[in-house]
Amino acid sequence: MSNALSELLETRDWLLADGATGTNLFNMGLSSGDAPEFWNRDEPEKIRNLYRGSVDAGSDLFLTNSFGANASRLKLHDAADQAFEFSKLSAELGREVADASGRKIIVAGSVGPTGEIMGAAGTLAHETAVEMFEETAAGLKAGGADVLWVETISAPEEFKAAAEAFANVDMPWCGTMSFDTAGRTMMGLTSTDMVSMVTALPNQPVAFGANCGVGASDLLRTVLGFSAETPSSALIAKGNAGIPRYEHGHIHYDGTPELMADYATLARDSGATIIGGCCGTMPVHLKAMREALETRPKGARPDLAEIEARIGGFSSATDGTGDTSQEPKRARRSRRRS
Amino acid sequence: MSDEEDDIILSELDDEELVQQMMDDLYDGMSEEIEEGVNILLERGWTPYKILTEPLVGGMTIVGHDFRDGILFVPEVLLSATAMKAGMAILKPLLIETGAPRMGKMVIGTVKGDIHDIGKNLVAMMMEGAGFEVVDLGINNAVDSYLEAAAREDADIIGMSALLTTTMPYMKVVIDTLVEQGKRDDYVVMVGGAPLNEEFGTAIGADAYCRDAAVAVETAKEFMQRRHNQA
Repeated sequence: MSNALSELLETRDWLLADGATGTNLFNMGLSSGDAPEFWNRDEPEKIRNLYRGSVDAGSDLFLTNSFGANASRLKLHDAADQAFEFSKLSAELGREVADASGRKIIVAGSVGPTGEIMGAAGTLAHETAVEMFEETAAGLKAGGADVLWVETISAPEEFKAAAEAFANVDMPWCGTMSFDTAGRTMMGLTSTDMVSMVTALPNQPVAFGANCGVGASDLLRTVLGFSAETPSSALIAKGNAGIPRYEHGHIHYDGTPELMADYATLARDSGATIIGGCCGTMPVHLKAMREALETRPKGARPDLAEIEARIGGFSSATDGTGDTSQEPKRARRSRRRS
Repeated sequence: MSDEEDDIILSELDDEELVQQMMDDLYDGMSEEIEEGVNILLERGWTPYKILTEPLVGGMTIVGHDFRDGILFVPEVLLSATAMKAGMAILKPLLIETGAPRMGKMVIGTVKGDIHDIGKNLVAMMMEGAGFEVVDLGINNAVDSYLEAAAREDADIIGMSALLTTTMPYMKVVIDTLVEQGKRDDYVVMVGGAPLNEEFGTAIGADAYCRDAAVAVETAKEFMQRRHNQA
């Protein structure tokens, strides 16, 4: 299927994605606890400015302000019925900014997690999840998004439900999961597990990868895990700009533009083709990342020691890949039939 | 030995074997077997408190350690916690009847704007698994919700969780309000959530940041011990 993102990927070795949405909106006056999606309707100029911040800093692609625009999350703000509308508005504003930029910019419709648990111990049924994602997806499509982009997912069940919803609205898509627990997702998925899951999907994404999580180093370790399994796939790296600190009443991420520039080139060397930031990544970081990607030559695939030496250490000794010792270590008694 | 054909009849095990088996069944998240085991021990004259502490809390401690060490992950722990809950449902009224010692009481909830309650649910379940009384306020709690519940329930601990950068600072709003109302020292305030860290917990004035549910349980036990020593 031909689409704007695939076309752009054919002509370029790397694309610069955007940075943080929440961190930027806070700086524009969003209150903690309020849903950013309301601003698509109530403060459209601020959302345009959010998008322009990325575009002016050199991003080739940005995500819409629709991360929480699903019925499950909007229910908290008594706006469960606004999922389609808020999603559509976020994409329309994005389309406007992209089309006015004078270059080819991809508007990626952000689809965030429902926040509910699926699977054996969960409460959210597959059909309900698909329905929710489809509503958001349809809104983003109606608003003119080029591609849909599910992000910050922990559970394979939820990722699959989003993929199914995207097939239902017949849109190209990308997807990233968040590896924040000793190199795995909260639900225990390793980078290798994600590759197996994604490559078995009936509707293949344009690109897939990792976002958020712990620090930039951990994210690169995850990308190395992806590219070792599937070197030919278009891979996404969207890491946080360091770790959050609380200063003078605001959340501040400690990653400098220089660090994020190093991270961006290391991400490319590790096999990522769509490179951006997540929480804490501001236009100033994006500018430094763009410049580094443009001026520094592509290097050899880094090993973990090089990543650690250049941008800092990892949150855990291993990330669970290639590890066969995950079975419970206790001596097991014979199990009863249930 | 994983001979699936080899059925174990719980009632035929002696006490020590049964406790071991129940710990395994908790680990595997087998609710019906836990209920059965609890009932057998009650019939054998075990006190509800002894059943709570030995097979159940003992079993959940192993689950907690393996979760902390990255051997078990959220889906498995949720199943274990569900099995624990099934056992607790039988024991709870009996514990109250027999006046068993209280570990402490916690009100817990996700802060305003945050729907991500997986971590919070885990902490609630693991705290119950450790014998604490837990009042779960659910998601999206404003400051009044925490304060009213803590007062109403005569809680020892207030637990707050956030998973989004956009909602983390709200924890400070709650703590600041406690300070303003002169109630800060009435409660131990514990915070957690994926984007948080120790430094953040300190900066907003919490008593402790807990990296995961297992750490939350250990931290809560320590604070309760300190309180008892002071009393």
